[in-house]
Amino acid sequence: MHPLRRRYAALACLLLAGLAAGPAMAQQPRPWEVGMQPAFSPIKQEIIWLHDLVLWIITIITVFVAALLVWVLYRYDHRRNAVPSRISHHTWLEVAWTLIPALVLVIIAIPSFRLVYYEDRTHEPDLTVKVTGHQWYWEYTYPDQNGLHFESYILPQDKLQPGQLRLLDVDNQLVLPAGKRIRILATSADVIHSFFIPSLGVQRYAMPGRTIETWVEISKPGTYYGECNQVCGTNHSQMPISVQAVTPEEFTAWLAQAKTKFSQADTPAGQPGRIDLAAAQH
Amino acid sequence: MSVTTHDDAHPGADHGEHHAPGFVARWLFSTNHKDIGTLYLTFSVIASFLGAGLSMVMRAQLMFPGQHLVENGQWWNTIVTAHGLIMIFFVVMPALIGGFGNWFIPMMIGAPDMAFPRLNNISFWFLVPAFCLVCTGLILGESGTGWTLYPPLSLSQYEPGPGMDCTLFALHLAGISSLLASINFITTIFNMRAPGMTLHKMPLFVWSQLVTSFLLLLAIPVLAGAITMVITDRNFGTAFFDPQGGGDPVLFQHLFWFFGHPEVYIMILPGFGIVSHIVSTFSRKPVFGYLGMAYAMVAIGVVGFVVWAHHMFVSGIDVDTRAYFMAATMIIAVPTGIKIFSWIATMWGGSIELKTPMLWACGFIFLFTLGGVTGIVLSNAGIDQVLHNTYYVIAHFHYVLSLGAVFAIFAGFYYWIGKMTGKPYPEFWGKVHFWMTFIGVNVTFFPQHFLGLAGMPRRYPDYPDAFAGWNLVSSLGAYISGASVLVFLYVVFRTFTSRERLPANYWGEGATTLEWSVTSPPPFHTFEELPRVR
Repeated sequence: MHPLRRRYAALACLLLAGLAAGPAMAQQPRPWEVGMQPAFSPIKQEIIWLHDLVLWIITIITVFVAALLVWVLYRYDHRRNAVPSRISHHTWLEVAWTLIPALVLVIIAIPSFRLVYYEDRTHEPDLTVKVTGHQWYWEYTYPDQNGLHFESYILPQDKLQPGQLRLLDVDNQLVLPAGKRIRILATSADVIHSFFIPSLGVQRYAMPGRTIETWVEISKPGTYYGECNQVCGTNHSQMPISVQAVTPEEFTAWLAQAKTKFSQADTPAGQPGRIDLAAAQH
Repeated sequence: MSVTTHDDAHPGADHGEHHAPGFVARWLFSTNHKDIGTLYLTFSVIASFLGAGLSMVMRAQLMFPGQHLVENGQWWNTIVTAHGLIMIFFVVMPALIGGFGNWFIPMMIGAPDMAFPRLNNISFWFLVPAFCLVCTGLILGESGTGWTLYPPLSLSQYEPGPGMDCTLFALHLAGISSLLASINFITTIFNMRAPGMTLHKMPLFVWSQLVTSFLLLLAIPVLAGAITMVITDRNFGTAFFDPQGGGDPVLFQHLFWFFGHPEVYIMILPGFGIVSHIVSTFSRKPVFGYLGMAYAMVAIGVVGFVVWAHHMFVSGIDVDTRAYFMAATMIIAVPTGIKIFSWIATMWGGSIELKTPMLWACGFIFLFTLGGVTGIVLSNAGIDQVLHNTYYVIAHFHYVLSLGAVFAIFAGFYYWIGKMTGKPYPEFWGKVHFWMTFIGVNVTFFPQHFLGLAGMPRRYPDYPDAFAGWNLVSSLGAYISGASVLVFLYVVFRTFTSRERLPANYWGEGATTLEWSVTSPPPFHTFEELPRVR
């Protein structure tokens, strides 16, 4: 098919998908979405609650200003009001439009402070996972599990299975237990990246030379997608994050399996570079 | 404000003639504030073709997922960087500060010229090599860091080419240009006001430029320090920002945003000044709450210096620091609210004529409000955790800059072009230009809020397929805005070829500032005899 026609066909599918999109697809961005991705963690729930509150307030403010503007332009048009007034001061009015916005801000600020401190960290984590950004892949380490670690690369377009998502699916997913408090430690091996999962309400820069802490508790098993969110070079858009949340039992089973799978990859045979170096020294 | 000027009308044309130098002397060695203002405006228009052209390339690439217009991510990042830097340093700032500032500050305060005319000349000419260097960085494709230039990506291990150095050095030159210009403005405003023009009688546009100049004076040296350290890290083996040598990338972010946040007010404050004048002129009423308006700008300037880390909410700064910067940022909404409500109160009870400049000013007020309130959302460190670096941020700052500052530039153009050239613009085409731009930019940027809320990251040349819908809408909007530029060019053509001549004050009794007391165009040396302000 001609590439352009293929593009229009894809767009048509997209329009249909947008109409048919149900809650089943909720963990990933959806076509024609106008709000935030639904919450799958207590943090994201709180974020959405506060965002909805602020959205109401700012919508009312914007509509109020727009209505005033339109009314003034209509009522005081030179054809309706030929002689302008000369009033240019009104102390109480000026006091009012200083104090009322300040009060509105206080209303917004109270829940905002609560949320910032809630998001900061968890003091009793059930599990710690260390996330290391690389140009251009993620490395996940489980320090509690004898340093189990593996790398997670994007699935190139020609290797996608039906149902897998372009620019979102990866070869090795980050597997985490649902319903547990997970401490996330973000760092980087080269430039700054950002570990960002919208549906879980998590984002921290992954920065070389320092480790940044945050936390998440995933509400239920499922797949959650995220992306690198700080420009990190050529393939910035090619290092997605895919989280597989499983039940604690499944997680234990996965750990056992993963330890064998990824330790094999770690044997000297898997790292020819190191062998060569050793050989060169003799 | 009532003004008495020298009574006999200045015969503009002949007046200029005695002093009129030849082309080269007039435009290359210029020391006349109006000629330098014209140079700045022309430069800004030329730079905007490149800046806006790059945005067309970006929207074309993002129109469909998997588009291959810009094959390479490095090229993409370079285009993003160049678009940002060109629009900020070579389009908005030269137009609002160098262009309108140079033209109208001396005229509004009743001064014959700027305090340091030669400094004024070199301020402009620093911009030209700076622009060439940014273009070199773009052509070499070696400055793929975004305009924020965060190390380590901007260090030599990751951006090895000389293109990055060119871009950094361009910022040095543009910075020196702004610094010299702001010194010039501050000196002029403090020392060269006409007799009787106290600070509290000074037009709001001059106030806005005064505050802007102080922001530049304090912010630019910090940027200069930061980029000097990046340059030495790249070329002389230092490690200020390289963690491998004990340096700290977060320190750069602090320094950059200590400059970067005041910079956004630097771009919008002159717009506030312009809009105040236009609203007052076309409502035929003095500005409501003049002192409140002036000090609201001062307050925005002061508070603007202590909010910088709201750009770094996910950079791992301490939670108490986040809480402080969130609160400080929200406070800026108060003086901004004062300005919005005062503009509407100025119109209230007025006798409003909705000519093209007023249309742009009203568009500015509405769109700036819309862009301002999404700033309240982003100031929330808690919510920002999922909006940081997404298209929500892109939508927010394009609403306040691309729709705010740029609307102010066009408002100023339509308001003053008759004064600058002595020729009227075509009213009908001015309105067509406004409505096309208004529709175009809203269709472009409003859907980007949706993309951001859904989590689409910025600086992506390609995106997951789910984001395709709104990206297509956004691109179509961008093409409408792009087409509106052609209408603008037609307006410029019609204006410059017009045979009509305008009187000194073609807006009537609403226009009370001093520039309306001299001929259109004003004589080469505006005031032969100082006006007296009562």
